[in-house]
Amino acid sequence: MNVRKLPRFLIAVVLFYIIVEILYKTEILNGYLLHIINLSLIYVILATSLNLINGITGQFSLGHMGFAAVGAYVSGALTTLILKLSVSNPASMLPFILSIIAGGVVAAFVGFLIGFPSLRLKGDYLAIVTLGFGEIIRTVFNNIDAVGGPRGLLGIPKFSNFTVILVAAFLTVVIIRNLIESSHGRAMLSIRENELAAELVGINATRYKVMAFTFGAFFAGIAGGLLAHLIQLAHPTQFGFIKSVEVLIMIYAGGVGSLTGSILAAFGLTFLSEGLRLGIRVLADTTGLPIGGEWRMVVYALLLIFIMLFRNEGLMGMRESRIIKNVEVD
Amino acid sequence: MTPLLKIEHLTHFFGGLRAVYDFNFEIPEGSIYGLIGPNGSGKTTIFNLITGIYVPTEGAINFQGENIKGMKSFRIVHKGIARTFQNLRIFGNLSAIDNIRIARHYTTTSGLFASILRLPSFKSEERAVKREALELLDLMHLSNRAMETAKNLPYGELRRLEIARALATKPKLILLDEPAAGMNPKEVDDLMRLISRIRNEFKVTVFLIEHHMQVIMGICEWIKVIDFGETIAEGLPDKVKNDPRVLEAYLGKRGT
Amino acid sequence: MGSIFSLQQILNGLQLGSIYALIALGYTMVYGIVRLINFAHGDFFMIGAYAAYGSFYMFNALVAGRSGTLAFLVLLAAMIGGAGIAYLTNKFAYKPLRYKPKLSSLITAIGVSMFIEYFFSALPAIGPSYRSFPDIIVRKEIRLGNAVISNLVIIDLAVAATLMVGLTLLVRKTTLGKAMRAVSQDKDAARLMGIDIEKVISFTFIVGGAFAGAAGLLAGMTYPRIFPYMGILPGLKAFIAAVLGGIGNIPGAMLGAYIMGIAETFASAYNSLIGEGIAFAILILVLLIRPRGLLGEKTADKI
Repeated sequence: MNVRKLPRFLIAVVLFYIIVEILYKTEILNGYLLHIINLSLIYVILATSLNLINGITGQFSLGHMGFAAVGAYVSGALTTLILKLSVSNPASMLPFILSIIAGGVVAAFVGFLIGFPSLRLKGDYLAIVTLGFGEIIRTVFNNIDAVGGPRGLLGIPKFSNFTVILVAAFLTVVIIRNLIESSHGRAMLSIRENELAAELVGINATRYKVMAFTFGAFFAGIAGGLLAHLIQLAHPTQFGFIKSVEVLIMIYAGGVGSLTGSILAAFGLTFLSEGLRLGIRVLADTTGLPIGGEWRMVVYALLLIFIMLFRNEGLMGMRESRIIKNVEVD
Repeated sequence: MTPLLKIEHLTHFFGGLRAVYDFNFEIPEGSIYGLIGPNGSGKTTIFNLITGIYVPTEGAINFQGENIKGMKSFRIVHKGIARTFQNLRIFGNLSAIDNIRIARHYTTTSGLFASILRLPSFKSEERAVKREALELLDLMHLSNRAMETAKNLPYGELRRLEIARALATKPKLILLDEPAAGMNPKEVDDLMRLISRIRNEFKVTVFLIEHHMQVIMGICEWIKVIDFGETIAEGLPDKVKNDPRVLEAYLGKRGT
Repeated sequence: MGSIFSLQQILNGLQLGSIYALIALGYTMVYGIVRLINFAHGDFFMIGAYAAYGSFYMFNALVAGRSGTLAFLVLLAAMIGGAGIAYLTNKFAYKPLRYKPKLSSLITAIGVSMFIEYFFSALPAIGPSYRSFPDIIVRKEIRLGNAVISNLVIIDLAVAATLMVGLTLLVRKTTLGKAMRAVSQDKDAARLMGIDIEKVISFTFIVGGAFAGAAGLLAGMTYPRIFPYMGILPGLKAFIAAVLGGIGNIPGAMLGAYIMGIAETFASAYNSLIGEGIAFAILILVLLIRPRGLLGEKTADKI
């Protein structure tokens, strides 16, 4: 058997699926842990899509959760509407899948609109503009009463489950990986490496920067939609600047430019976050001291500072695991 | 016969600073021409103007009879002009072969759809690009470095890689910005032979900026000398070498 | 209360602008000297407010009744608080990354900002909730034509103006100021002239932080609720003001801040949502139309 030709990543994901399902059915894995796994997978989608923008194309975007917000609200409102109109069979997943994709498409469109004017700016300024746009999106949703305004969009039907989320995450990684390992992906990498030189070998840098933004926004929108249908809620506070920074911490912890790193970091940090949340509660209960949940964020912040000061390439640097990396086409 | 590159009355100001003034030049197809002058005389600026990095304040630039003034850099590359940089601009974290492959990108036709789905058309195009890239690396004696991360390569090989990358865009005209910088005499010899091959085998016209007299005298067929953005001499290398104005520009005024 | 464009609103706008100016100056000076957007700067402002708060209660016992001296001491405490945190942040978080890619510093600044905010919020003594700022100055009402304003408006404007004049004198007339300008323009040349770059950078952070701290005190007195996240929005708006004026340009920061203060006041009077959004609108307009700002210079990169 030619090991190099095997679809390694697919096999790994199928194995993962089988293991989790078995553990869940035999009740070794409970609902809470499965929920954390689902969240981790959603963060895989967020992290890898942000990595496409920041890590592969080298454009520093700080408003990624704004795109997720668009996806969450659009898809949440759509499924709610479709079900209210009783247009389809309530048990069918089709409206859900369609509205998730719609959420992604609208998010992609927003990404395109924002990308075009913003990508003329360099480094610091691009960061600020993307931050600004992310906040504007959040503020807009906060003020649209039709989707709940400051209370958020409630009562979204729970269509997201482990299978759907895993499939979405798998497809996201494969699509982004295939994009990166193609001539188009190399064009994006060249922009990160040296934008001027890229232009001088015939690469239309603006086109590729906008493309990266649009793709990244699409997948963030998908993630947002999946999240909304998991926790049955879309709320402006889920999509603020600090949330965007959390995703940023993931890609830096994993290694900017490494999809493998983003996957590992998404799982690692989601579990760490939950672990901290529980640990703090236990500590506060047992000692009776008023230890608040904010300490969790203090740890996050210190983690980011630590990574930047001492290990700025994160876990994987720019390397990719053989499981994910395609063999060189011969 | 129309010259390959025709520059007329090229003038460029950076705010109040005059970097280039009334520069005129015609480069015929198949030639190796040189541009020399003291540091800061505007040579690289002229290259930047030709390749669309700056839009000239005044003047005309025609390539193959077509006006390219104001065109974006990447389009100028598509038209057939490539360049190297004085301070190397290699894609450091990518492999040597990737550096070459990126230069072939604009000629590829596989769309996003075909790429992502790994359609047969995409795969065959990837194979072709890889093969061409390896051939080019081979011609530049860099085959054994194909999979190396570029930033790990020694300086001399990086210079060759940058030239290879420029050639990979299949240009008709290549602008070399101080290609011999930092090279020892043997490397300079190899470079001169390479430049001849570029013209003879690759059929690419060469326009180079150089300080190395060995290179200028050895392979340039015609030279232009500038100082403070203005032309001070032009002609055959031997004639220009002895031109008093050129000597003055480089060595300063003699006498008290 | 008057229309949107009344004297009242103009004065309110100038008051807000004064606070923004003190914060914006810190952003602009730091950017000018190390090309870094110090995300944590808004938090220096917050720490100044808390330093003022804490020192008020501490000094009140000692200097009971003497309002002027007390106010001065509290201002000093606020400025020292802001300066101190700025100095520490530069020394431990930014200096190690000085010669690494700028992106690393930017991300570290985000991390520092997060850390300061959540740390203060997590400390039981301070906590995430609002606190009332004490009355350091006895409030009085003053009539100016049609407007009825609090004496705080005058105080805010006066303190800001004094500090700004002081800064201008520092930068123009002193050797240290000259060194700051030199380092802003060309670090390498300055180093060759024998200027200790790191000391100048450190000093710039200290001055910027002190000003932010002072702004914290003024904000605490004027909008008398303080909380650990109070630096986020004013910080962002002051930063936008600095960009509007031309980031790196000191008079620009002052100009941008007052424009921002007045614009925000007018916009809020018209509609509170627009008031919230006007700062972002200004940011996007500036970056898309004239990224160098009103007084900024075009920078040419050598290629």
